[in-house]
Amino acid sequence: MVTEAVVVGRPSRRGPARSKRERPNVLGALGGFAWLLFAVVPLYYVVITSLKTQQNFFTGNALLPPTNPTLDNYLLVLQNDFLTYFLNSVIVTVVTVVVSVACALMAAYAIVRGAGTNRKLLWTFSLFLVGLAIPLQAVIIPIYLLITRAGLYDTLIALILPSVAFSLPLSIVILVNFLRDIPGELFEAMRVDGAGDWRTLTTLVFPLAKPALTTVAIYNGLNVWNGFIFPLVLTQSPEKRVLPLALWTFQGEFTANIPAVLAAVVLSTLPILALYIFGRRQLLAGLTAGFGK
Amino acid sequence: MSTTTIAPAPTEDSVGAGRPRSRQRIHRAPSLWYASPALIMFAAFALIPLVVVFGLSFTNWDGLSAITFAGFDNWVAALSDPQTWEALWLTIQVMVLSWIIQTPIAILLGVFTAGRQRYRAIFAVLYFVPLLISAAAIAISWKALLDPNFGLGQSTGIPWLSQNWLGDPNTALYVVIVVIAWQFIPFHALLYQGGVQQIPASMYEAATLDGAGRMQQFFNITLPQLRNTIITSTTLLLVGSLTYFDIVFVLTGGGPGTATRILPLDMYITGFQEYNMGVASVLAVILVVFGLSLSLGLTKFSGFSKMSSDLEGA
Repeated sequence: MVTEAVVVGRPSRRGPARSKRERPNVLGALGGFAWLLFAVVPLYYVVITSLKTQQNFFTGNALLPPTNPTLDNYLLVLQNDFLTYFLNSVIVTVVTVVVSVACALMAAYAIVRGAGTNRKLLWTFSLFLVGLAIPLQAVIIPIYLLITRAGLYDTLIALILPSVAFSLPLSIVILVNFLRDIPGELFEAMRVDGAGDWRTLTTLVFPLAKPALTTVAIYNGLNVWNGFIFPLVLTQSPEKRVLPLALWTFQGEFTANIPAVLAAVVLSTLPILALYIFGRRQLLAGLTAGFGK
Repeated sequence: MSTTTIAPAPTEDSVGAGRPRSRQRIHRAPSLWYASPALIMFAAFALIPLVVVFGLSFTNWDGLSAITFAGFDNWVAALSDPQTWEALWLTIQVMVLSWIIQTPIAILLGVFTAGRQRYRAIFAVLYFVPLLISAAAIAISWKALLDPNFGLGQSTGIPWLSQNWLGDPNTALYVVIVVIAWQFIPFHALLYQGGVQQIPASMYEAATLDGAGRMQQFFNITLPQLRNTIITSTTLLLVGSLTYFDIVFVLTGGGPGTATRILPLDMYITGFQEYNMGVASVLAVILVVFGLSLSLGLTKFSGFSKMSSDLEGA
């Protein structure tokens, strides 16, 4: 199923003349296959190990499939509050993406329409451009100070607020680049119709910007879903744990039960994998977030 | 760019004159208010912390009790501690080796996956899977895979593979760099794939007519045409390498000993495990200065900052 879609969807940019004349690229195929092995072996190992009994794991060959596959490890993980962690991750990711995309769209709209006449908006844009280069780790101590003093330590809001802030610079840069291409006449037409800023934003800019908004949402969503340092520093209790942090603590709790730890790894990746299977093209476009232009 | 925004103004005035509402005048452009939610969030959790971390580097704080002024003590302590310089050196090693390993492989994979053969498209689907997995999950998986007793070495029976990769101070750093490459090469390959697909097919057709072989085409067409992609990828890789934290933290925790204690990890351990936020803030400031000067230098050097002209130029 998946592979079919890939082949059909792939544009053939190079003329057919090229491949007809040339002999098959054996060296390229070998190299490509070597990387495939390197890329896939760890994935394969994780999946088969997660299906093994502990007995099988300790005695059997690590790279051979399980002798009698079992889902017990998955059950064990699910019984250990996995759903709570999953839900926390969903909440943090969804709220962060919605808030950051909304803020970024409003700011990008103001910058694109106003930076020509309003110097402050031009500065705002420069500020976000510089903001791209701020390493998140470098400000983790002041963020910790701020969150504890605000009484937000060990809450999901503590994860959402800084995640939104660090999603903004790239989102705004991408959206500004995109909104710039909307012809000025469309804004004029809206104004002639008597539409204010807010109506222009919701009925003209929002629908037109949907492709860019998807890109931004995917990029930010993946970053937040997989984020580790904010949860590590800003939360503590199991009730507020998100998935990446849960994997790390599972590793401490289950110690020798590697199959169970790896079952948790598989479970935490499943939602993204499902996205990949059903929307591969958009997901990959979102991952490079406009850098590939 | 600015001409398009200013040009409509006269038309707007003539339209606005005929309208009863005086608010029309402001509608020339949305006000700063539209940018304020983003500005406030960004200021509160990124810009102000940047200033605060500099301030904290002159204080003593254990993370819980009161913050007291410390003058230059932390700076003296951090800069005279050999651990700081070791962490900085490890960070630079990771940065440089990551570039050397990841860039050529990513370019080749980008060219490979841009090809129109069916098997390459299928390979590409699998190549990009590591992009979806969290650093914590990747680190846990590799840790299990490299276990000297139950991992690769045991199953293949190759003694070389069953050494204690992550437990040996001489190999741990290189293993970390390989795992980081496994995680990030797909991303850069994806960038290069996009770059290769934008090279006009006519260039290759002309070269083929002139009798240029595959190697010649790669070095004389593909590589020069990928120049901008190489700059983008290099910038992201070098600046990004300052922020490798989670993968190293879960994989080795900075150990064995301090063998993989890169700068961000050194900062975290000093601050949140040894409760010395003052010295950790000094390390954070070093990280910021390093990161900012690196990205400013790279954008100056490469002209990457004029993002807006990309569209017209192409």
